[in-house]
Amino acid sequence: MADLVIETQELTKRYGDFTAVDRLDLKVRSGEVFGLLGPNGSGKTTTILMLLGLTEPTAGRVQVLGFDPARQPLSVKSRVGYMPDSIGFYDELTARENLIYIAKLNGIPRKEAYRRIDQALERVGLGDVAERPVRTFSRGMRQRLGVADVLIKEPELIIMDEPTQGLDPAGAREFLELIQGLKEERISILLASHLLHQVQAVCDRVGLFRSGKMFVEGTVPELARQVLGGAYRIQVHVVRPDEAIQQALGRLPGVLRVTPRDGTGYEMETREDIRPQVAQAVVGAGGELLTLEIEQPSLDEIYARYFQQAEEEVEHVPA
Amino acid sequence: MSQLEAGMVRSGMAAPQAQGKEGSPWTGLWAVVGKEMADHLTSIRMLILELLVVLTAAGTVYAALQTLRSTVGQDRFLFLRLFTTAREPLPAFVGFLGLLVPLIAIALAFDSVNGEFNRRTLSRVLAQPIYRDALLMGKFLASFFTLALVLTVIWLLIIGMGVIGLGLPPGGEEVGRMLWFLVATIFYGGIWLAVALLFSILFRQPATAALGSIAVWLFFTIFWGILAQLLARTLRPIRYGFVEEVLAQARLELALSRISPNTLYTEATIGLLSPSVRSFGIILPEQLQGILLGTPLPLTQSLLLIWPQLTGLIAATLLLFALGYVLFQRQEIRA
Repeated sequence: MADLVIETQELTKRYGDFTAVDRLDLKVRSGEVFGLLGPNGSGKTTTILMLLGLTEPTAGRVQVLGFDPARQPLSVKSRVGYMPDSIGFYDELTARENLIYIAKLNGIPRKEAYRRIDQALERVGLGDVAERPVRTFSRGMRQRLGVADVLIKEPELIIMDEPTQGLDPAGAREFLELIQGLKEERISILLASHLLHQVQAVCDRVGLFRSGKMFVEGTVPELARQVLGGAYRIQVHVVRPDEAIQQALGRLPGVLRVTPRDGTGYEMETREDIRPQVAQAVVGAGGELLTLEIEQPSLDEIYARYFQQAEEEVEHVPA
Repeated sequence: MSQLEAGMVRSGMAAPQAQGKEGSPWTGLWAVVGKEMADHLTSIRMLILELLVVLTAAGTVYAALQTLRSTVGQDRFLFLRLFTTAREPLPAFVGFLGLLVPLIAIALAFDSVNGEFNRRTLSRVLAQPIYRDALLMGKFLASFFTLALVLTVIWLLIIGMGVIGLGLPPGGEEVGRMLWFLVATIFYGGIWLAVALLFSILFRQPATAALGSIAVWLFFTIFWGILAQLLARTLRPIRYGFVEEVLAQARLELALSRISPNTLYTEATIGLLSPSVRSFGIILPEQLQGILLGTPLPLTQSLLLIWPQLTGLIAATLLLFALGYVLFQRQEIRA
């Protein structure tokens, strides 16, 4: 299992009676972007702090890049870049000075540090404002400076906690492009967030996290299969919907549900992409097909459905 | 650096949780010290305090010089008088220092840890390959060096003014005494630095930490003397008016008052800058036999006299720092 960058086993953190993280088994593979999804207060940040050795686990095992963060925090922290949520900088210092301090803390030789800082600032598009004090920076600029800050140690793994929170749509999009770029360089990324549509755009795999537990994990279609029972949703529009068409559709293999939609057609949930069969079925039942659209369920839907189920099962746990 | 590190480790201040962990707890220490000192030295806060101290030094020393000019040649320890001579309406420079040093020290440290929390920089800094030890120690050392730097500059300034004003160079013994006085002053500041640092760890609001530190300082400056007196009277009451009773009460009061760093510093200052002082306690007539009153002690004897005060100041600094250190290690870093 040499290609795992993060591996936890039964990782647990308790504060008194409160269990923040409950027997977590998390595996992140090398080069992938893993999204840790969950509502606020579900234990995402606590997990991250344990991964970095900033909080000691109550029980369980953690391996980050093959090191134990509790025993070898320096090795872990010199290879892992961490972007905390609502990242802070020394406002009175310039962007470059902020990064120089971080480079010094990492023990990077001066010349090399200057080279990396220039490169990182250029990369996140802050090359022109490097000499401006950070107090003049917008939220989006700070967030990008945070990426530069992480990049100067040339990390093998980057952990980001709510990186797109508080960014305007344009800023968030730019930021996600930045993450996409990092992914192309084979840097592994762990992204904790509750902003689902953004996570869906960049993550290879996601894990749904709630009350300190990770219930399901996998790619988005996998999760959809697990949580929604169907991975595909097909919208069928016909001229005159009638009973015969609906029955024909319901008889197709792999169909989970057929729901009529306000007199214009049907919504189908299926296990596979069976659009050709649907078309045939409609025509075979004497219907006139107008359009046939397939949509993958969004992570928002999975998430909402999933936590709705969880809510019903464990009613006393607050969301 | 290595000597200092070794000293710290030997005195038991290595991180409790660093045991069994890789690397030195002081990795990155000098990066922190460098950054923090640069912050201090360029801050407006420091500028104001430096101005205040320089003005005080210039004012009091000028006033002292006016008085001392008339006695040049009669006094062996003329330079020491620069610090201790008061001329109405100004108190002596050492009197001012007793007020200003705590103020500078508190101003340097009251927002050092909670400031990082509030700016949300703490988790980012601690995610770098350093231990918390290095961060806290670095912050303390940076404030301490800044304080030492400011005090040394003023000390040199005063001596320079003295050389010009009096037209004499200081003697070897005087230089020695003044140096020890500087050391005592720096560690007196160290105590307040450690107090402010401790409060900056305890309280999330810098204003609360500043107020707390000032409250402690006021307590020891104003109320502790009164309290020591009351306590001594209650615990060792004078019932029959025996000499023993009076002595016991006076001794207790003195012992209690020495809990205050102000008392320690005042006594250390007096012992160093007034060579003829032989004791701070009660002197019985029989102890005075064979003594030529008013003759100065050699520096080594004066040092011996104030040794407990000096070590007390240093020990209190280390103790308070160690307390803050333990608290900081246990603190959760998430905001």
